[in-house]
Amino acid sequence: MPIFFENRDIVAPGDLLAEGEYIAGSNTYKEGNRIYASRLGLVDYEEKRVSVVALNAFYVPSVGDLVIGKVTEVNINGWVIDINAPYSALLRAFDVIPKFKPQKNDLSKVFDIGDMILARVIAYDRTRDPILTVREPELGKITRGQIVKITPTKVPRLIGRRGSMINMLKRETGCKITVGQNGLILIECKGPEEERLVSMAIYKIEQEAHTSGLTDRVVEMIRKEKERMIKNEK
Amino acid sequence: MKNEKRELIDKDGLRVDGRKKDELRPIKIMVGVLSNADGSAYIEQGKNKIIAAVYGPREVHPRHLALPDRAILRCRYHMAPFSVEERKSPAPSRRELELSKVIREALEPTVFLEQYPRTAIDLFIEVLQADGGTRCAGITIGSLALADAGIPMRDLVVACAAGKVDGQIVLDLNDIEDKEGEADVPVAMMPNLNLITLLQMDGLLTPEEFEEALNLSIEGCRRIYALQKKALKEKYISIREEVET
Repeated sequence: MPIFFENRDIVAPGDLLAEGEYIAGSNTYKEGNRIYASRLGLVDYEEKRVSVVALNAFYVPSVGDLVIGKVTEVNINGWVIDINAPYSALLRAFDVIPKFKPQKNDLSKVFDIGDMILARVIAYDRTRDPILTVREPELGKITRGQIVKITPTKVPRLIGRRGSMINMLKRETGCKITVGQNGLILIECKGPEEERLVSMAIYKIEQEAHTSGLTDRVVEMIRKEKERMIKNEK
Repeated sequence: MKNEKRELIDKDGLRVDGRKKDELRPIKIMVGVLSNADGSAYIEQGKNKIIAAVYGPREVHPRHLALPDRAILRCRYHMAPFSVEERKSPAPSRRELELSKVIREALEPTVFLEQYPRTAIDLFIEVLQADGGTRCAGITIGSLALADAGIPMRDLVVACAAGKVDGQIVLDLNDIEDKEGEADVPVAMMPNLNLITLLQMDGLLTPEEFEEALNLSIEGCRRIYALQKKALKEKYISIREEVET
């Protein structure tokens, strides 16, 4: 039962990854007893399971995900939200206003076109558009901070193993970082300088997501930048 | 009339641009050249210069085109007005519409369209400079742009043509050979799965000549495939080498 690559090798769609009694994991497919890659990414052999960690992909909604979206339409009984996915999401008015009456409430006063909101996916299957909720503390309209956008497949890398990367970022910069599973990230800091620093670090993580020893390099970069900032103040 | 025709293969067996019969034109491929597109690719094959961009999967507009059970792949092949010697009208011609369809059908079998129902994947192929064999080059980078956009695919698709010039079977025709030669056989294939997704023939060939041309095209496809795959991985490998050393 041969395998044709080493762990963390970069593979292209159509590359033959393994032959024999293997299980096809994410971003792969099975043809007879052969497993091929279906996306560009890093191959991962884990016992009998062969999968590919994609380097670039789009966001596919999944129930329970925290997402950041933009209001694109205000309808009679809800809003249409762009969540950076192939399907636009719906937020129902009942979800926000408990005793909602279409004749009485003006929905554009609650969320207007162009507003950014933090929400959670509560329902989605491929036959219907995803439905969002904001009925949780912290969810709802975003009023301050900065939003950066990365490839959704790199969100797990940004969070790191058991949150190691994201916790390091928060600790080093003292900022509040909210990661949407759809690749949009909200950064709230004391000043614009820190926000710039965090977004720089996030872009670096996105760029170099497929390399090893990344956490250390990011720490180093942040510390250097901070020193520079202190020097500039003087 | 026949005497006026120029010689396309000289005494030494070299073609009008100095290539041997089974030699490809020089090829340069780049991936991820457009930042606004979800995926993109660019190729220079001889004097051909072609760019491809992919958007999606995204919502289908107009709505009635959406399919409930799978995504639709939309393809637009277009030649820039300055891509040929005499200005070409920018309006899509009959030929461009046909090539759009042919390219779409060459790429459709590779994409897992059924995974994303009710969406559209848009592929734009823009020919900046044309010198024969643009449909093949378009398919080659079209599949690269799809892969760059992170769209799940069975395999990359690579295309190459062979043809008959001055009574001989040659690989990768350029514009002069295409227009003045006797026949042209473009082939697109999925190299790992060994499946052909496009096979056309323009001109007259005997069954033996056809088979020879087909085999030569497939050989050309395999050579381009190596370049294609290298270009796709290049972006990430260079970053990795840079930071890990």
